[in-house]
Amino acid sequence: MSTQAPEARMSFTRRAAALKDSAYRIRMHALDMGETQGQGYIGQALGVADILAVVYKDVLNHRPGEPDWPQRDRFLLSIGHYAIALYAALAEAGVLDVDELATYGSDDSRLPMSGMASYTPGMEISGGSLGHGLGVATGMALGLRHQGSDAHVYNLLSDGELDEGSTWEAALACAHHGLDNVTAVVDVNALQADGPTRGVLRTEPVTAKWEAFGWHAIRVDGNDIDALLAAFDSLRGHRGSPAVLICDTRIGCGVPMLETREKAHFMRVEEHEWQLARDELTQRHLEGSGSDRAISQGEGPVR
Amino acid sequence: MNTSASTQAAATPTGAPQRKLTTSAMIASIAEEGQRTTKAPFGHALARLADERPDVVGLSADLAKYTDMHVFREAHPDRFFQMGMAEQVMLGAAAGLAEVGLTPFASTYSVFATRRAYDFLCLDIAEPQLNVNVVGALPGLTTGYGPSHQATEDLAILRGMPGLTIVDPADSVDIEQAVPALAAHPGPTYMRLLRGAVPTVLDEYDYRFEVGKAALLRGGHDVLFVSTGLMTVRALTAARELEGDHVDVAVLHVPTIKPFDRETVLRETAGGRLVVTLENHSVVGGLAESVASCLAFARQTARIIPIGLPDAFLAAGALPTLHDRYGLSVAAIKERVRREL
Repeated sequence: MSTQAPEARMSFTRRAAALKDSAYRIRMHALDMGETQGQGYIGQALGVADILAVVYKDVLNHRPGEPDWPQRDRFLLSIGHYAIALYAALAEAGVLDVDELATYGSDDSRLPMSGMASYTPGMEISGGSLGHGLGVATGMALGLRHQGSDAHVYNLLSDGELDEGSTWEAALACAHHGLDNVTAVVDVNALQADGPTRGVLRTEPVTAKWEAFGWHAIRVDGNDIDALLAAFDSLRGHRGSPAVLICDTRIGCGVPMLETREKAHFMRVEEHEWQLARDELTQRHLEGSGSDRAISQGEGPVR
Repeated sequence: MNTSASTQAAATPTGAPQRKLTTSAMIASIAEEGQRTTKAPFGHALARLADERPDVVGLSADLAKYTDMHVFREAHPDRFFQMGMAEQVMLGAAAGLAEVGLTPFASTYSVFATRRAYDFLCLDIAEPQLNVNVVGALPGLTTGYGPSHQATEDLAILRGMPGLTIVDPADSVDIEQAVPALAAHPGPTYMRLLRGAVPTVLDEYDYRFEVGKAALLRGGHDVLFVSTGLMTVRALTAARELEGDHVDVAVLHVPTIKPFDRETVLRETAGGRLVVTLENHSVVGGLAESVASCLAFARQTARIIPIGLPDAFLAAGALPTLHDRYGLSVAAIKERVRREL
């Protein structure tokens, strides 16, 4: 976690505006990668883009050019199939070159479909088998605390992973050991492989469960940058227990034609639709910015 | 909990007393009567290693006391992490500790480390090739408690895991030498733990534990015992006692099941002697099949008699009774050799 108080850097409004631009670019990168592969977990990527923008551009203390820097905050993606979103965020954060994103899912690429630590700079763990991230985060946090490090460990997990008993083993362990250097971020998109979460295996009330396990829990709209920013700001001072940020997100968020599409774990997008999706994304972003102002940092729309 | 099987008098219907061994303990001693033993060799070895290496840490899943990890915990309380009865997070957390540069030893019973937490050992530890050392107690048939605690197939489960080093030490000497060697070894390891009062035997032989190396403990012209784990101690006793029957038996101890020391095994089995494999493990997927496949792939043949546990869920009972029944006792080994010669 950055030691510099963000408030000292710039105003909340300006931070939020810059992060909305970051989220826009992350979404655009994800759509580009989705088109390259002709498929992908694009719905989830669009859903978590706002979370990743805030985490990588405002929260994490890391060095983009030195992904193995020992003092870095760790961000553990336990949902390997969200790799498309993380690659986009790593490009936005400067860990990866934007050009490399075009190799996504190709033979010999460093960016495989499912996130794996040995392939990609900045990918801390291998995902794929769900329910692993929080356990590894537990050990990292125990170890970092033992070593006297201030580094913080974040784990992005999905509400589907709350089905896994191992997630709750780790939740118990973090609370028992008082690991206030752990923050879990739960992406509640209410959808899993076999359908809506409430029909597959009911996990609500999610907040009450984490609280019962001894966690400091906050629930926000995970597609509201202002709310995410305020929540992470409030967590900076939290001590004494692990914290969890439960984020309600919308599959396909930011692209109206995909937001309204029949919700599916693996969303189909036809070949001719990718450009339409990009156009809708840009239009929505410009509307959301309240004006037709250029995207911050002078970069302009990606396309 | 008692440390050895006990006897008690049970009245028969006719009133005549009849002595029956009882299970009595989850953790029974594997030492033979009168054998020298060393207490908690793993725990003491780990505590000594941690004196020298500040990166060594320990974890257990509510079984520190029963895996000799309590010795380490008492010596280095700030480096011991109790994970509760939660093997998945114990192995995941061990991976996380290794990711930040520490060298964890994580102990539980073998059945839980292998059957219950396999995915975590496989993906969190073995796939990234982390230096995590998993220590499994009650390997094979070292408890009379029944299949829930008898890890009769842990070697079979784990031999297919890429990059995992698997060690089955024979006695306290082996364990004391294996602990620092496994910590120094860069990748993940799994060690079958003998705990409590562990036989001390190998100090009488010219032996040093080396990862991946088999060691010829004694020569012999008629029979070659290829043994691992606690069965090496039994093999040595049986070989000595078979001298009285004018049977000359060599003993090759194979403490590392993976990577398998093919070179030594091929060399020692080439001489035409009867080959007897001895393991505290199912005859499926352990030492016997390692030896057999090693020979087959090298187009070398030998007559191989596998002494090991049957491919079955085993009975509950007193350990000596079960070792006799399943053929792991010294008497059963000798009888089998006489029959096969």
